[in-house]
Formats: sequence, structure tokens, C-alpha cells
Amino acid sequence: MSTESTPDRGATPALGRQDIAHLARLARLAVTDEELDRFAGQLGAVLDAVAQVQRADAGDVAPTTHAVPLTNVLRPDVATPSLPRDVVLAGAPAAEDDRFRVPRILGEEE
Amino acid sequence: MSETRSETLVEFDDVLTRYEPVIGLETHVELGTESKMFCGCATTFGAEPNTQTCPVCLGLPGSLPVANAAAVESTIRIGLALGCRIASWSRFARKNYFYPDIPKGFQTSQYDEPLCTAGHLDVEVDGETYRVEIERVHLEEDTGKNLHVGGATGRIHGADHSLVDFNRAGIPLVEIVTRPVAGAGAKAPEVARAYVTELREIIQALGASDVRMEQGSLRCDVNTSLAPIGSLEWGTRTETKNVNSLRSVERSVRYEMRRQAAVLDAGGRVVQETRHFHEDTGSTSSGRSKEEATDYRYFPEPDLVPLAPDAEWIEKLAAGLPELPAARRRRLQEEWGLSATELTWLVNAGALGLVEQTVAAGATPADARKWWLGELARRANDAGVELADLAVTPAQVAELTALVAEGTINDKLARQALDGVLAGEGDPRAVVEARGLAVMGESDELVAAVEAAIAGAPDVVEKVRGGKVQALGALVGAVMKTTRGQADAATVRRMLEERVR
Ligand SMILES: [Zn+2]
Repeated sequence: MSTESTPDRGATPALGRQDIAHLARLARLAVTDEELDRFAGQLGAVLDAVAQVQRADAGDVAPTTHAVPLTNVLRPDVATPSLPRDVVLAGAPAAEDDRFRVPRILGEEE
Repeated sequence: MSETRSETLVEFDDVLTRYEPVIGLETHVELGTESKMFCGCATTFGAEPNTQTCPVCLGLPGSLPVANAAAVESTIRIGLALGCRIASWSRFARKNYFYPDIPKGFQTSQYDEPLCTAGHLDVEVDGETYRVEIERVHLEEDTGKNLHVGGATGRIHGADHSLVDFNRAGIPLVEIVTRPVAGAGAKAPEVARAYVTELREIIQALGASDVRMEQGSLRCDVNTSLAPIGSLEWGTRTETKNVNSLRSVERSVRYEMRRQAAVLDAGGRVVQETRHFHEDTGSTSSGRSKEEATDYRYFPEPDLVPLAPDAEWIEKLAAGLPELPAARRRRLQEEWGLSATELTWLVNAGALGLVEQTVAAGATPADARKWWLGELARRANDAGVELADLAVTPAQVAELTALVAEGTINDKLARQALDGVLAGEGDPRAVVEARGLAVMGESDELVAAVEAAIAGAPDVVEKVRGGKVQALGALVGAVMKTTRGQADAATVRRMLEERVR
């Protein structure tokens, strides 16, 4: 998200197996050793393609996050009806005691 | 994972001979809005599970969030009350992580463009003022609630599976982050507590939240680190979670200081981690190691447009701020002529507002203080409730003091009248009438009681006649006893004096 101008704007840091493994862990994806190599190459190509944008001289252009120049779009603090619970839980893979049932959470305390 | 062995601890006073504590606080406040942050679902506490959800707060595909105006205004008001700079440009950001209580796979929060920055809050401990710098105040959404099933006592450890209620997911949450507070030394635990106490008072005065720690509408993460005295570098900090009362804030800092000192004394390194506070033992235990900010892959929320509060809007909100607690305390101290200690007693007893309302209802400040800090504090203590939760209003207390002042009842009868009020028998005047509590005038019954007391104690009468005037007290006591306290002591004394002399 840095907007500072650097001389090597066009350069893309190469993605290593470790980066892919880290991203996969954050995304809760199981990735095999063979896939780590393949994805590193593929994602590297994607980053290279996107990096072309950085070659444009945009030093004094603020990063764009919204195409429409709107600010302060707010709603009044008024409660409106929620969904019926049976409708809500109908979309859940599993439910129990009027709640969403999820697998136990590993590796974390309360 | 939870540690079963007990930790080595250094005596608190000993810690301070070698180390300087640095504390920091991250406080989450659930705003008291009618509807959620980005959708219209109600926010009623204790509602049936999953009855306050919709496609937006469940993160269903295609749903779009719209920010709650009242939540944005409350955040700005909190920022203004803390002397913050209000950003003229502020955005929401996605904080990406997976946990079953965040249905979207990210929490809508704020990252590098918070609504408020650079404020401060002065707190007082033992007559000394400590300035706590506020780094930022930002707006985000709360998570759902997990219920762990199968493990002992609903804890995650050993649980078979978890059940999730999304009623709380999406309720507006304000996070207030301090800068590190150094230099408080032995007072660091109390400064931490005083900060949260004062912050709670301010938010209560603003009416932005009910700030009930026991219900989780105010939650605190307490950072603690130690640096060797004279060192230029700060130590590694731990972040203690699950700190659910003001007392726990203080205890958690105290415990972490003692634990970290033992680690450092033994030549070890403090691990940067999340720790959990245990109310029963006052100790902390190791939780997960902390994620790096980069792991959250923050990016600006594309579904919400930026907030750009203009000067006019901010000025309007600033003009609408109520008198803040510190200013109010100073004013009342002056108006009532209290010493600093007397003021502290009132504040610590949670009686300041009650006394203020009682005075507003016509009582003198001295009478109002006497009742709330005396008889009523005793009743609250006996019943194990807060003063404010007693079934008596400040107006009723003021009426009691008025009945005493006009001579209709004495203090003892007033306590009986209070019994009636607390039992739901109505206002004091009605209770006095219904229970027949008014003091006796100079009735035949009272004259008879006075004369009986004189006749029953000739030795006392001799002493009084011989000049020992204070002996008269025994006769007054005898009359009060026969009249079951319904007589006015001053009247009894005068009647006795007339007859003994
Ligand atoms: Zn909703």
C-alpha cells in the first residue's frame, strides 16, 4: 500500500515456496510439495503481469479504491427485521441448539 | 495451551528495584446503537441465538454493507472527548483471517486511516496525575460468539465441536488504543485500572455504550513489558486478554510484571504472545503466539465509501458533548465544598451521580452524602448489589431527609421508613403514614413514659440534680426504649429537664 516512489518500480519480488506455503496456511488451504513449486511459478507470472501497472508514472496520483467519488454514505440507526432463524440455519452445513455447528477449533485457546 | 505448573514469580516490590514497567491498553467498546454497524439487524443483548442476523452480517454473497450514521457519530464523539484529532478522510479496511465467529472471512475494521488519532486522557492515582496518550480510536464490527461443546466447562481445549451464534456479529465496536505508558513504576497496575475506569465514565457520560464489563460491552486487552532500569530499550510485551473487570486490569498487570521479572532474572526471554487472564487465580497463561499485522493482509474495503467528516459536522458534534466526568467532579467538589479525599470516597462508592441527583431533588449535599455513604452503602453491601441498584430513588432519599429536617421523623424512624421504601411500600411520606412512624408529640403517652423513667431511676435523678447533667442521657435512652424509638430525642430531653430541675 506504499505510495512512495522507488527506482525499481517495475521489479517484482520473486515468490518462493515458503511464501506460497505461508499464504496457503493463512487461507487454510492444503497444498502439496509439488503444488508449491507449480503455484510459485504461476503466481509469479500473475504478479509480473500486474507489475506492469507500476511502470506508469503515477507518483502524484493517490491510490484509487473507489471508482465513484462518494463519501459519507450512511444509513440512519434504525432496526429492521432480521431473517427468520430457520431460514438462516437452513444454509448452514450443520446446526445444533439453534446455532451453527462448526468443527472444533485447533491451536487456539478460548 | 494452558500451563498446569505454577509459574515462578518475583515479589512485586522486588520487581521495581530492577525493572521499569511499560503498559498499553486496547479497549473495545460495543456501541449502544439500535441496529448493527453495516445492516439493520437489532442489537438486543441476550436475544435468542441467531435471531438477529441477515445476509449482510452473515456474509452471504451479494450482500452490501452500509455504515450506521449513529455509530460513526459516537466514534467521533469519543474521539473528541479524548482530545483526538478527527480525520478528514477515513476508510474501512478488511482484516482477513479465518475463525468461525467471523462469517465473512474478514472483519471490517480500520487500518491506516482511523477516524480519530493523537488524543490523551489524564488519570489520577493517589493524588498524582498520569497522562495516557491515545494513539487511535477506530470503528469496526464485533464477532459472533462461540460455544465450545464436549470439553470441560465450555473451554476450547478438548472440545469436540463449537456452536456459533451470530447475533453479536456486526455490532459496532470502537477500539481505543493507547500509546505505551512508561514512568508509572509501582503505580503502573493502578494507572491501568484508573485509565479504564475513567474511559468507562467518559463513554457512559457520552451515552455511547452501557460499558458493562461483565456483559462484554467493554473489553480490555492489557499489554505489559519490563525494561531493566536505565535501559534505553523497551522489553518484549505480552498481551493479556479475557480481562473482564476493573480489578482484573490491575491484577493482570501486577501478575505479568512479577512473572516477566522472574523470566528475565533467570536469564530468559519474554515471549511475545497473547496470554489469558484467569479471574479465579489472578494469573495469566500462555495463549497463541501473536500474528503479524501483515498476516491479516489488510486492504481498503471496496464495498464501503470513505468517511470524510467536514469541519461543520465535527463542530456540531463537539458542541453537543456533555460535561465530561473530570470537569463534573471538579465542579461538584467546589459546589459541595469537599476535600479531595471526600470526593474520592464518593467516586469510589459509585455515589457521585446519586448524591448529585439527591441534591437536585432538594436535599442538602451533607445529608445526601450521609445517606448514600452511610445507611444506603450498608444496605447495598448487605444485599451484595451496587448502590445504584438499590430499590430507592434519589428523589425518595431527598424526601427522607426532608421528613427528618421538618421533624416528622427522626433518624431511627427514617431507617424504618427506608425499610418500607426498599420493600416497595411507596414513597417515604406514604410509608411514614402507613406504618405510623411519625415522632410522638408531647402526648399523654410520652408524658407517662417520661414520668415513668424519672420514677424508675431516682439515683440518676439525684446525679442530675447534683450537677451531672450528662447523666440525663440514661433517662432519654429509657424513654426512647419505652416508646420504641418513636419519640423525638430533643423533645424528650427538654421534657425531662423541665421535670428533673
Ligand atoms: Zn444483519
